[in-house]
Amino acid sequence: MAASSLASRAVASLSPSISTGASRDDAGSSSVVGFHKRSSAFTGRRVRISSGHGSSAAHGRRSCVVAATAAPVKESPLKIADALVTREEGLELYEDMILGRCFEDMCAQMYYRSKMFGFVHLYNGQEAVSTGFIKSLKKDDYICSTYRDHVHALSKGVPARQVMSELFGKATGCCRGQGGSMHMFSKEHRLLGGFAFIGEGIPVATGAAFNTKYSREVLKDLSVDAVTLAFFGDGTCNNGQFFECLNMAALWKLPIVYVVENNLWAIGMDHFRATSVPEIWKKGEAFGMPGVHVDGMDVLKVREVAKEAIARARRGDGPTLVECETYRYRGHSLADPDELRKPEQKNKYAVRDPIAAFKKYLLENGLASEADLKTIEKKIDEIVEDAVEFADASPLPPRSQLLENVFADPRGFGIGPDGKYRCEDPAFTAGTAEV
Amino acid sequence: MFPGIVRSSSRHLPCRRSLMTVRDALNSAIDEEMAADPKVFVMGEEVGEYQGAYKVTKGLLQKYGPDRVLDTPITEAGFTGIGVGAAFQGLKPIVEFMTFNFAMQAIDHIINSAAKTYYMSGGQIAVPIVFRGPNGAAAGVGAQHSQCFAAWYGSCPGLKVVTPYSAEDARGLLKAAIRDPDPVVFLENELLYGENFPVSSQVRDPNFTLPIGKAKVEREGTDVTITAFSKMVGFALKAADELAKDGIKAEVINLRSIRPLDRETINASVRKTYRLVAVEEGWPQHGVCAEVCASVQEETFDYLDAPIERISGADIPMPYAANLERLALPQIEDIVRAAKRACYRSK
Repeated sequence: MAASSLASRAVASLSPSISTGASRDDAGSSSVVGFHKRSSAFTGRRVRISSGHGSSAAHGRRSCVVAATAAPVKESPLKIADALVTREEGLELYEDMILGRCFEDMCAQMYYRSKMFGFVHLYNGQEAVSTGFIKSLKKDDYICSTYRDHVHALSKGVPARQVMSELFGKATGCCRGQGGSMHMFSKEHRLLGGFAFIGEGIPVATGAAFNTKYSREVLKDLSVDAVTLAFFGDGTCNNGQFFECLNMAALWKLPIVYVVENNLWAIGMDHFRATSVPEIWKKGEAFGMPGVHVDGMDVLKVREVAKEAIARARRGDGPTLVECETYRYRGHSLADPDELRKPEQKNKYAVRDPIAAFKKYLLENGLASEADLKTIEKKIDEIVEDAVEFADASPLPPRSQLLENVFADPRGFGIGPDGKYRCEDPAFTAGTAEV
Repeated sequence: MFPGIVRSSSRHLPCRRSLMTVRDALNSAIDEEMAADPKVFVMGEEVGEYQGAYKVTKGLLQKYGPDRVLDTPITEAGFTGIGVGAAFQGLKPIVEFMTFNFAMQAIDHIINSAAKTYYMSGGQIAVPIVFRGPNGAAAGVGAQHSQCFAAWYGSCPGLKVVTPYSAEDARGLLKAAIRDPDPVVFLENELLYGENFPVSSQVRDPNFTLPIGKAKVEREGTDVTITAFSKMVGFALKAADELAKDGIKAEVINLRSIRPLDRETINASVRKTYRLVAVEEGWPQHGVCAEVCASVQEETFDYLDAPIERISGADIPMPYAANLERLALPQIEDIVRAAKRACYRSK
């Protein structure tokens, strides 16, 4: 069948990089094959789909023949990305993913001990997307997330202590306890939220990208070259704001990457029950931007796609839509009984745990030893424990904080013609506004 | 004193009143603020090449270029969110809604990502954005184009809501709004755009701003207080003229600011007149007048000589037929009647 020959052809074209036993030093040549295949997606040429492809046949999901996902699960997919990471980078990626997993597991524990409350949405299983993308950013770049934002915050550099305190609702939280699990903001680390409404972060992220363009073109400040990443899920891709922003970002060539974390479920709504055209990456082309599909359980593949999309944005070539095939191991939130997802599906993705796979890769390629990884795991355990202790010991916000931070302007009366806040003017007591 | 010089008769130079339309007031305010601060930009439907759906942004595209006067696609939720995201970074967008009815498609961003963000982020991210456009009823535009949103936005903490009436209000409040570090909902009125108002040279000064949160006593009086905002201020002033013929001296307060509401001015006035008529164009239940009444009842109860009167739009979606529309909106005679009731001059 044509489709499977396409698939096998794709794999075959990659095999030279494997069979020539490309070493890390050969990074330039061996990885080029894969890159060319992928880069065709970025130039917007149509990528053909192989249907009924082995690993993902269960749900009729079609993975497209972008090299990054062509390899079936049985072969170790990471072998293809052989020379793509150094030891230091590898350990950094591993540490970030372990931090995400460990932190989220601790959140679950704390929730069931009533230290954390309200709506808590955990990221277990999706670490490769956060790590792969965010670790490819510069410090000045922006990210915007949804309610499933703890790990995005951690990957971006918000200290675990601050995130945990925020979750406990303490004054030392990154938002002084006023935001909570779903509303993580950090000006310092360029995290723009934390939004409860799906799709809400997409225009906000697009606005941040707009700021880069405006700063460069209108304010003539060429030192601003920040790229923005917008993270959101499969359910969001049916929302109007998503399409509105794809249109405007492509129209105005904004430096943004739209990252879809397609974990197949929007609470209890199966992606295929909700979506007329389930291949989200296809929708990019409808708006004039490349749409790319990547295996979101493989941090190295995500990282390579991320690097290319981010570079594209930074060059000024415009937005990219990246669909990451991923899965959340826990329910939608800690209050979700998660009864609708079948065990077969869960098991299928459980064996593709991004952390386990990357650990295997590091060990098999001699990039790290068991001891190295154990050291990292222990270090992260300590960081997370420390975060909990810190959050526990932190004070609740004082009563005086209740009415603070409603307005940036201290009393809300605006700025006078002298440029100062009116409430600071002792004469501002007149009952009328005679000029 | 100087021989040979004949003193000419003193000429009375005609007294020139400097007039300005509300439209020009808004246009000049935006123009001046854009000239003063390159971070200010305008975005919305038809603001550029069309010169503005109501010509408020006329000439701005020619002057500042398409990078600062952005014609957006018809995507309220999307472009409002983009404006908010840009404001997160310290840019100062002026988002125009063709009418505030269309802003309902973007209300999630006005409330959830603009109004609440400074609080949710614990004081990290301020949102210096202005949302402006016509609000309330126009003439014969039907139910979906005639709603007054002052009460809805006025109830939301984190927003500032202003409602200019005259050209002076429009200029001063819009400049204040653009310079303000917080989100401001700027509710204009389509029928006021073309109206002329006298303005002083002070108002024309590029640094003229009015305080947000302060009402103006448009006309002083002693017998009854009439509060109003936007177009209803004009009606209230005409009603005051009518009442004066019957010997009732009404004090008319132009609220100017719905949030923060100037409770001091309203209550100080009622302490003087002992009677209150609150007027608005919007729906009665949970309206702006309800808040005015509650405030006066709480703070100045002992001074009241009569129950507070509320005049608002009829509790129905706006009908299209001209006569029905007239019946659905407060008219000058309604205000006069209510004031007389408050003064126990009629049933």
